[in-house]
Amino acid sequence: MSVAIESAEQETVAAQRIFVATQWQLMWWRFRKHKLAMIAAIIIILFYAGVVFADFLAYADPHMSEAQRSLLPPQPIHWFDGDSFRPHVFGLTGKRDPKTFKRVYQPDPALKVPLKFFVEGYEYKFLGLIKMNRHLLGVEGARAEDSIFLIGTDLQGRDLFSRLMIATRLSMVIGLAGVAMSLFLGILLGGLSGLYGGATDNIIQRIIEIVRSIPTIPLWMALAAAVPTDWPITRVYFVITLILGIIGWTTLARVVRGRFLSLRTEDFVTAAELAGAGQMRIIFRHMVPSFLSHIIAATTLALPAMIIAETSLSFLGLGLRAPAISWGVLLQQAQNIQAVALSPWLLYPALPVIVAVLAFNFLGDGLRDAADPYG
Amino acid sequence: MVNYIIRRFLAGILTIWAASIISFVVIQLPPGDYVTAYIANLQSTGTVLSTEEAQALRLQYGLDQPVYVQYIKWSTLMLQGNYGMAMEYNRPVKEVIGDRMTTTIIVSVAAILLIWALALPIGIYSAVRQYSLGDYFFTFLGFIGIAVPNFMLALIVLYASFKYFNVQNIGGLFSPEFLQQGWSWPKIWDMAKHLPLPAFILGLAGMAEVVRIMRANLLDELRKPYVVTAQAKGLSRNRVILKYPVRAAMNPFASTIGYLFPFVVSGSIIVSLVLSLPTVGPLLFKALIAQDLFLAGTILLLLSILTVIGTFVSDMILIWIDPRIRHGMEEQS
Repeated sequence: MSVAIESAEQETVAAQRIFVATQWQLMWWRFRKHKLAMIAAIIIILFYAGVVFADFLAYADPHMSEAQRSLLPPQPIHWFDGDSFRPHVFGLTGKRDPKTFKRVYQPDPALKVPLKFFVEGYEYKFLGLIKMNRHLLGVEGARAEDSIFLIGTDLQGRDLFSRLMIATRLSMVIGLAGVAMSLFLGILLGGLSGLYGGATDNIIQRIIEIVRSIPTIPLWMALAAAVPTDWPITRVYFVITLILGIIGWTTLARVVRGRFLSLRTEDFVTAAELAGAGQMRIIFRHMVPSFLSHIIAATTLALPAMIIAETSLSFLGLGLRAPAISWGVLLQQAQNIQAVALSPWLLYPALPVIVAVLAFNFLGDGLRDAADPYG
Repeated sequence: MVNYIIRRFLAGILTIWAASIISFVVIQLPPGDYVTAYIANLQSTGTVLSTEEAQALRLQYGLDQPVYVQYIKWSTLMLQGNYGMAMEYNRPVKEVIGDRMTTTIIVSVAAILLIWALALPIGIYSAVRQYSLGDYFFTFLGFIGIAVPNFMLALIVLYASFKYFNVQNIGGLFSPEFLQQGWSWPKIWDMAKHLPLPAFILGLAGMAEVVRIMRANLLDELRKPYVVTAQAKGLSRNRVILKYPVRAAMNPFASTIGYLFPFVVSGSIIVSLVLSLPTVGPLLFKALIAQDLFLAGTILLLLSILTVIGTFVSDMILIWIDPRIRHGMEEQS
């Protein structure tokens, strides 16, 4: 009997907690229940941690090429040497194949290259500001780029793992920048459309329809190809994000417009109007907070398209170009299928693309469900 | 209904007009006018254009006049079917594009048919057996389709066929012996045998979305009281599901073609490049690399027209499929 009362009391306490919780708290509780979205959120956080610490995680200078090291196979880490914890990789010994005269590399168990943590390596600027030369991994004494290749090297003999870390930074950031651009356009045009309605709405809706019915990839390709090859790299980044944003804004504009339209007739908006609040105050104080969560969810779902677009463009050689390092630029080397068949690790950069896109999709789904905690 | 059709038609014309402006902008993007670029290109191959000929070309395109006059001249030439010259090939654009537009349409339509043919049963299965192992499997497959970019899927298929089946050339749309031939029944049959792979690669990404829509629609329908009534009256399960709920769920499903078409045409460009299909994809790519934006702009315009026609056709199919739209229109007009 007393147990029943206690649990009933607990229920009322829980109910009271719900009554007094803010909207964001409710969303967080709803979001927490979505297991897949939680895992995705952690993966995304790890990705962006990788973005911040890219140079620290890389151990070899990503631009250092050496013809001698072309297409070396990956060296997996062996954590234990006998019974003691002594991480090391096996050194590689090259031999000529007597039949094909190709150089074939074999791991040599006798040649142990010990791994050290927090060692000094090539110099970089942390967050572009602080000069540092510490790296997570390295080899004492020798240069890391001469001895360890966790996932092999590319055609020019550059360490693929280090390049992948730097590429992750660029690809993830450029996706964010592209989304920011389309968010700006989407909120501006979608907001105008939903707010004023009538002819403005009609014109903007027609524009959205037109943009949506033009095939995006050819247009992207054409615009990207028009970027002069002699432009400085920062300007190319900017133009590419601009191109990504120009085409991606329509979905966000539709979300914003739909929210505006449905909120305009809500009682609390009418109440604010009657109380004499100005239009700007109504929009930013009353309307925006109640659809901010929807916009965050829509933005998260728009990110994967940006990442895929950038990767595809760079893969074709029309987006970012070397010396820039992005996922697409790395995958360009996988275009030659014969090369991939002999050195499948050239396809490894595809993995972070797939994981990131999946994680953004799951996170976006979870956020969309949580965005409306009263539903 | 006639009103509706006319409205959609006018919207299509408007879109084509907008696309022509965008294509024109693309042509204008590189520095210098295209006659200069064309002459420079001809000179590099050894042909010299006389000053009079160059002047005649300039006059034809109105290059000495303001931009809007140039646009009008250019679009008139386009309307007359005069697409100009492709610099790199030194042949008319029309000849260079040739059959490639047809193959682009064939590949895209094949992909859409495949999406429908697979998405319909999968969607029905996933809705009827919600949360079953199969449902989870197809959901997983759908997410893979969304997450793996088209070109990467093509690469992985190429790699797998090369590595494990030792097939050197899985790409292409025709066997080598048919490449130079004109259209004939054996050639069409040969193409039909090559089509499934690109269609599948192209379709996987779009399929996920369509399955999702079909599943959600059908789940909504299945919960409606009329389904319970039909079951209570003793109709067999298959009949209950297929006769009404699937029919009702089909309508929003049919409208997906409107957005599928631009999506698939767009994707076919990159997939064609990786699989070396003879569509306009590789041509567009080469034109862009060679900075022949005249050819590129023309292809862009043709692709836009293609998607507009595709969307228009899908609207018509929707009217035909959904009696509610048909009759709703008649009541309004």
